[in-house]
Amino acid sequence: MKNRIRVLRAEKQWTQEDLASEVGVSRQTINAIEKEKFDPSLPTAFRIARLFDLPIEKVFEYED
Amino acid sequence: MNSKTTRNQNQTRLAIWTLAWTASTALVAFGPKFLWNETTGLTLLALLLNVGIGIGMILANRRLFEGLDELERKIHLEALALTMGLTLIVGIAYSLLDSTNIIPWDAEISYLVIFMGLCYLTAVILNQKRYR
Repeated sequence: MKNRIRVLRAEKQWTQEDLASEVGVSRQTINAIEKEKFDPSLPTAFRIARLFDLPIEKVFEYED
Repeated sequence: MNSKTTRNQNQTRLAIWTLAWTASTALVAFGPKFLWNETTGLTLLALLLNVGIGIGMILANRRLFEGLDELERKIHLEALALTMGLTLIVGIAYSLLDSTNIIPWDAEISYLVIFMGLCYLTAVILNQKRYR
């Protein structure tokens, strides 16, 4: 699954640690999601999208 | 309280329970010979204490797992699956080496416990590197 988290995070000038703390996961998890090594659960994906005030499909893009 | 603090607290709690369980195991193993002169009642009491602390350790481990996030759970779940599979295969093979007299010594369970620990540790470290 592709995502725009790194770009959105840079726009807000948040560190991975800041985002991780807001979402309630570890920094390693945010890093793995950004690098697309790990797909988050739906609740985590919704929490991330809500933090950026965006609908989930503007943050994550599903690819076969 | 943030999730990092909770995780650290859970890890410390598990470490204390594990240390207590190890000490109580040593008490059951060496107490009868060196401390209470093979009195059966005291040995049973020490064994009960050991099992009780063991249950506490399991509950502390469950609490730690409940406090992990989804990636950390995945890392540990994969490590557990690998450890369980390898322990089963290596454990049976090791036992067969003993029963077929290919090795001259008895297949001790302690070797299997050490193998499990090392296997789990290695799998967690490798998995953490994979998702870094």
